Amino acid sequence: MMELVCPAGTPAALRAAVDAGAHTVYCGFADETNARNFPGLNFSREEMAQGIAYAHARGAKVLIAINTFPRAGDQALWHRAVSDAAGLDADAVILADPGLIAHAAQTHPHLRLHLSVQAAAANPDAINFHARTFGIRRVVLPRVLSVEEITAINREIDIETEVFVFGGLCVMAEGRCSLSSYATGLSPNMNGVCSPASHVAYADTGGNHEARLGEFLIHRTPKGMPVPYPTLCKGCFTSPGDGSSQTGHIFEDPVSLDATRLIPALQKAGVTALKIEGRQRSRAYVAQVVRAFRAAVEAADQGAPMPEGLLARLTEGQAATTGAYAKTWR
Amino acid sequence: MDLTIGPIAFFWSAEQVRAFYQMLASTPVQRVVIGEWVCSKRLPFWQHEIPAAVEALQAAGKEVALSTLTLITLKRERRQTAGLFASDLPVEIADLGALQHLPKGAPFWVGPTVNVYNEGTLEWLAAKGARRICLPPELPLASVVQLARAGRQAGVAVEVWGHGRAPLAISGRCYHARLHDRAKDNCQFVCAEDPDGRLVETLEGQPFLTVNGVQTLSHAHMTAAPHAAALREAGISALRLSPQQDNFDDIINIYAQILESGLPAPDALSDLRRILPGTVFAQGFLDAQPGATPCP
Repeated sequence: MMELVCPAGTPAALRAAVDAGAHTVYCGFADETNARNFPGLNFSREEMAQGIAYAHARGAKVLIAINTFPRAGDQALWHRAVSDAAGLDADAVILADPGLIAHAAQTHPHLRLHLSVQAAAANPDAINFHARTFGIRRVVLPRVLSVEEITAINREIDIETEVFVFGGLCVMAEGRCSLSSYATGLSPNMNGVCSPASHVAYADTGGNHEARLGEFLIHRTPKGMPVPYPTLCKGCFTSPGDGSSQTGHIFEDPVSLDATRLIPALQKAGVTALKIEGRQRSRAYVAQVVRAFRAAVEAADQGAPMPEGLLARLTEGQAATTGAYAKTWR
Repeated sequence: MDLTIGPIAFFWSAEQVRAFYQMLASTPVQRVVIGEWVCSKRLPFWQHEIPAAVEALQAAGKEVALSTLTLITLKRERRQTAGLFASDLPVEIADLGALQHLPKGAPFWVGPTVNVYNEGTLEWLAAKGARRICLPPELPLASVVQLARAGRQAGVAVEVWGHGRAPLAISGRCYHARLHDRAKDNCQFVCAEDPDGRLVETLEGQPFLTVNGVQTLSHAHMTAAPHAAALREAGISALRLSPQQDNFDDIINIYAQILESGLPAPDALSDLRRILPGTVFAQGFLDAQPGATPCP
């Protein structure tokens, strides 16, 4: 059966995910060392120890994401996160920065290393390079690949692959995007945040709802319509051009990823683990998604069709896409 | 501190490429990085210009390196990357995966789209053979200072983004094609219509970003001119200027004057504004502000 890797932003969400059937939970410490560095989220060292004990007692694994890029002059914070993860008996750490991976491989040779999606290893060369150089055991693939490309990658590599199947969708190669810091000064790579709430402002003007990020207008909707959260790459913009002027979602619609129907194809492509995005989500959401996906991977394992309308309630009111997986981007 | 010219980001015709490198040969720059940086589909249209350009630049005393793509995914892109390492020239990697093809012990350069955020990564790259690293544009000056120091200790020349629209993102999806309601495989090379990229503005008409095929750039021209003195003091080895269509020789001359005769930042900025009317200049990244923050 494919391994189901589920998000937990809080100890309660971790317990909910494990109880709902997650094979594995991933989470982070409450600081800049992980890419979901949101207020009120993530784990103290003590909470992490308790969470790991809870998961291990029920046969589930815990992965710790330390997947931002250490700040020059402040690497000790990230090094401490790696050694604490090893000391807390985490099943693996998820890393992106080559310098940090080199440090982890050298100082904790028995710690299992996963390559974060933030490392943007998008081809067999990049993956094999990391596997050979650092002993990486699993790569989380960027969301810019089609199922065909994933199949081809798995033929050429010896380590496990993990892919996102549900939740937020980056349309840019992750770990290689500075759009957020261009508008706000804060970025996923440096600060563990994208389009941060601290820089979001909503206003009602002239019969419209407006959502801004920094000084830039990202969404404008007529009153009565919901205004989406102003994630930069999902914004509505204009690109003037002779005969090809366009106003709309130039980069991506405000959609989220749902690759449920591609689970059998991903299994056939040799994918080891399916990942659900959403460490910022509530315990109730996590439990519901995990239950649904556990049923889906069990169905895939038995060659049964994917349960229909599995997550209809969760994506209600929000469009979903299969992203790059279905090859429509090519 | 001296000047490096980065690879051409945009889809220029073979004639434009030829004229550009002929022009560069007589400018006061120390080194030039050549190669397709953004989209492998463009390369067949101009790669035959590379040997003559390299020869002309080397004859003029410039160091030359070959750039890889920023996002390498397809088989032919991987083969093409491996092929770069077979030349006598140093390769500038724009995607870390290119190192899989690095011949043992070969020196290489690192471009601004590789994530070098800290001393640990810089030292690791130096141990692999990196001789020159252009830092990611989003780094604040405090990090640049730390990395310049680490570079000195590790024997690596450290560069900073000096001028031009900064590369902010790379995708598997082509936004130029999408703007023409096409997919990447059927793009019909529409990016050639925009030799300095295509403007993206907010619904209020505020210029914001620049689409260049699979790459997204800043709309503002990022300039390190206001920080030149601080960067020199930090021990930065070079400013990187990114090719653009108009007045590039004049742009080079202004930066050369900053470096050679200490042209003060306000004068340099007003010179840049004079030769590039209507251009927005920004350098928020070095100031740890939103990158788009305009220069005063």
